[in-house]
Amino acid sequence: MSGDLLFFIEISLAGLGSGALLALTALAFVLIYKATRVVNLAVSEVLMLGGYLFFAFAAGLGLSAWVALPLSILGGGLLGGIVERGVIRPMLGENPISVFMVTVGLGSILVGMAELIWGAEPKSLPAFISTTPLFLGEAYVSRKIAVAFVVAGVTISVFLALFRFWRGGVALRATATDQAAAYSCGINVPGVFSVAWIVGCATAAGAGVLLGAIGGISTTMGVFGLSALVVVIVGGLDSILGALIGGLALGLIQSWASTYLGGEYTSVVTFGLLIVAMMIRPYGLFGTHEIERL
Amino acid sequence: MIIGTAKESYRADEALLTTQPQRVWMAIFLAALVALPFALNDYWLYLACLVAINVTAATGLNILTGFTGLVSLGHAAFMAVGAYTVAWAETRLGTPFFINLIAGGLVAAAFGILVGLPSLRVKGLYLAIATIAASFILHFCFIHFDGITGGATGINVPPLSIFGIELATYFRLYWVIMPITAVMVLGAANLFRTRIGRAFIAIRDRDISAEVLGIPLLRYKLMSFSIASFYAGMAGGLWAYFFRVVTPESFPLLTSIFLLAAIIVGGMGAIIGGIAGAIFMTLAPELLRFGMEWISPLVPNAGALLSPVRTVVFGALIVGFLIFEPQGLAEIIQRIRRYFRLWPFRT
Amino acid sequence: MPKSTTPSPHLVSAQDTWDAPAGLSVEDVTLRFGGIKALSGVTFSAQPGSITAVIGPNGAGKTSVFNCISGFYRPSSGRIMLDGQDVTRLRPPRRATLGMARSFQNIALFRGMTVLDNIKLGRHGHMKTNLLQAFFYAGPAAREEEALRREVEERIIDFLEIDHIRNMPVSVLSYGLQKRVELARALAMRPRILLLDEPVAGMNREETEDMARFILDVKEEWGVTILMVEHDMGLVMDISDHVTVLNFGQVIASGKPAEVQADPQVAAAYLGSGDPAALMKRLAAEGAT
Repeated sequence: MSGDLLFFIEISLAGLGSGALLALTALAFVLIYKATRVVNLAVSEVLMLGGYLFFAFAAGLGLSAWVALPLSILGGGLLGGIVERGVIRPMLGENPISVFMVTVGLGSILVGMAELIWGAEPKSLPAFISTTPLFLGEAYVSRKIAVAFVVAGVTISVFLALFRFWRGGVALRATATDQAAAYSCGINVPGVFSVAWIVGCATAAGAGVLLGAIGGISTTMGVFGLSALVVVIVGGLDSILGALIGGLALGLIQSWASTYLGGEYTSVVTFGLLIVAMMIRPYGLFGTHEIERL
Repeated sequence: MIIGTAKESYRADEALLTTQPQRVWMAIFLAALVALPFALNDYWLYLACLVAINVTAATGLNILTGFTGLVSLGHAAFMAVGAYTVAWAETRLGTPFFINLIAGGLVAAAFGILVGLPSLRVKGLYLAIATIAASFILHFCFIHFDGITGGATGINVPPLSIFGIELATYFRLYWVIMPITAVMVLGAANLFRTRIGRAFIAIRDRDISAEVLGIPLLRYKLMSFSIASFYAGMAGGLWAYFFRVVTPESFPLLTSIFLLAAIIVGGMGAIIGGIAGAIFMTLAPELLRFGMEWISPLVPNAGALLSPVRTVVFGALIVGFLIFEPQGLAEIIQRIRRYFRLWPFRT
Repeated sequence: MPKSTTPSPHLVSAQDTWDAPAGLSVEDVTLRFGGIKALSGVTFSAQPGSITAVIGPNGAGKTSVFNCISGFYRPSSGRIMLDGQDVTRLRPPRRATLGMARSFQNIALFRGMTVLDNIKLGRHGHMKTNLLQAFFYAGPAAREEEALRREVEERIIDFLEIDHIRNMPVSVLSYGLQKRVELARALAMRPRILLLDEPVAGMNREETEDMARFILDVKEEWGVTILMVEHDMGLVMDISDHVTVLNFGQVIASGKPAEVQADPQVAAAYLGSGDPAALMKRLAAEGAT
């Protein structure tokens, strides 16, 4: 195999790895949006907080990584539940922009809290994934990225299956389609809201731990969430499949752009893509277009 | 207590200030603005100028978001366009101040129309995210078109001078910045006395039925974008003269969020909301600084805590106002007015 | 309460400033949504200065016809002619400036605005203030606004008897009053033809009678052609000059109210039977509710 081609494959594999993390974060956006029609920008900060919680449990309290990881995920879920009950539920029925701005405000609060508790300087997480490289054929893949890819892939597949076959998943889909109708069918719509926020934020926190394991944690790591937001807009805000495909695709594109054009081109390519996609398919590649009645 | 106001002509009823107390309060307010620079020290004058710049930018965003219902999270990028235009014209062309400033506004308006084009296809949050995308792309351009923008180091702007008089102190700058702000705010208020302002509100409230009334949606949405960007460009131009250096990092995404927060806190869709919000949000961090200095004897590292506390308070203000006072400070001001109108008969 | 102290020179009869009523004809209009034909070959016309009613059971395509006429839907085939001019391809705002005004089935007022501002919006297409004039509220802008205010106050608000609510936000008004404000806004457009989508839906008897009186006055005093969709048969039979009946997207009858009432096909569409007497009975019952 020629060196150029091998290099390209390695770059692409790394891209798929970070794409899987993007997909996982995008999944958090989609879950919350599907149930409550809220674009929760604070997903980015929950992701950051997931990384810090892991740091606190594993480095601060000295817990084993296998205890710290579920605790961080639980922490994210707990935060999601509290936020949904305390802040989002009272905003029910308000204009979506207001609710969006509430989540922007929440994000700011979370960043400030993290800085108050842990300080502003970046930290690295205690290693819990072995660093021995992995080889797919001749191509080198970082083991952390491979683990991230597998975890994200499995999680998203589980969610896709749950949505199709589990009663709760059906309830969520019903709620997404028509809240009032779902409510009158005896579906516990407020319950669905809570579950969606808890699961969504837990997912984001988990993604944060994986992201932190690869690149370290900082209070500004939430910007990763902006890329995930691009994924959900391009893939469709209410489409899990869109999150998966969009995440992997954006991971690849970002990886190629930063290697062949230069790191500074990543964001311009990402957002350029977003604008082009929006002009062609305003409601995402896999999203549903809502028709406005006169 | 005011029982009613008798008016003798339609013109009187269409006036900006319709009651006597309104006119009196406005006169007092304007007198205070004139007296302010003689009473304040340099630090507070610096803040007063900064407030005025933010008022202009927030008023522009209010026209777009508060009145037309098009959410922009890219307003800071338009400020940057204005600032760069002014800096470029000042250093390369040496044209006079006022021409530079207007040019800054107009160039920003042109970019506004470009960025507003997606509003033809997408609405609401999608549009907000499109504006974020546009601002990131502009940020990239600021760094890489270094022939014009000076790349990552930016452009240094010489002190503002009018008719050969150099205006380098905050005291002198105040006399330029504040009147321009006043004119911009008055212009915005006037806009909503005419068909153009009404059309914007119609688009916000129900854009489909606006079309039936003969309002071409695309033209008015783009007009709103261009007006808002014009305001941002003017504010950015003033900013450039005020801080004397423009770099790609001068107007981050956070500035856009700050401006949106200012109109949320102040009150969307009310001219006074943009003013009150910009004043409040600009001064709040300063008040926090005094608060932290005050408690510093009790808390050992209060100084280090200032920045994160500001971040938390900034978020809490957005969340708090949206939940508890969605109409913002403008509604609180209204409530106070209503109270005094019936005072002392209702307590 | 603002009133001018001197008699206004603008107080002249409606016909002086209003254009002549327009005729409208819908010619062989077909509208498809995917595979479904919402309208097929619909043809009817509204004569200048008359009241034409479009009736039909629910889902017959009445509102679809309205949406084609006002430009929200583009017919798959056929033409819409306004006074002999083909408007089928024009955007809604353009049709508005040609003198077409409409009200909506589920009131489409601007809830955040006052009654006065809502009505003023109707004049939008006829005004000329540009951005620069607006910014400085300079001469022409101020004059135009004052003239508009005068016209709205003296012509429309007085006529529709809504002076007591002019400064209220529309969201606090009763349903009937909101409908009246919507009519006021349509009148502010100086329409040549007025499309009313269920003008009395959800109104009580008294409000319906008021609205009927206003509709007749608009036709007679203002010289405006009226085309309306309405379920209240009493109202339709009382005030229309011409009735067109739609069922399953097709015109099944057309003519004077009495002729349509007697048409067995119409009775069949409403009742599933061809007995005109039964229909008459039902119409009488509906008229009484």
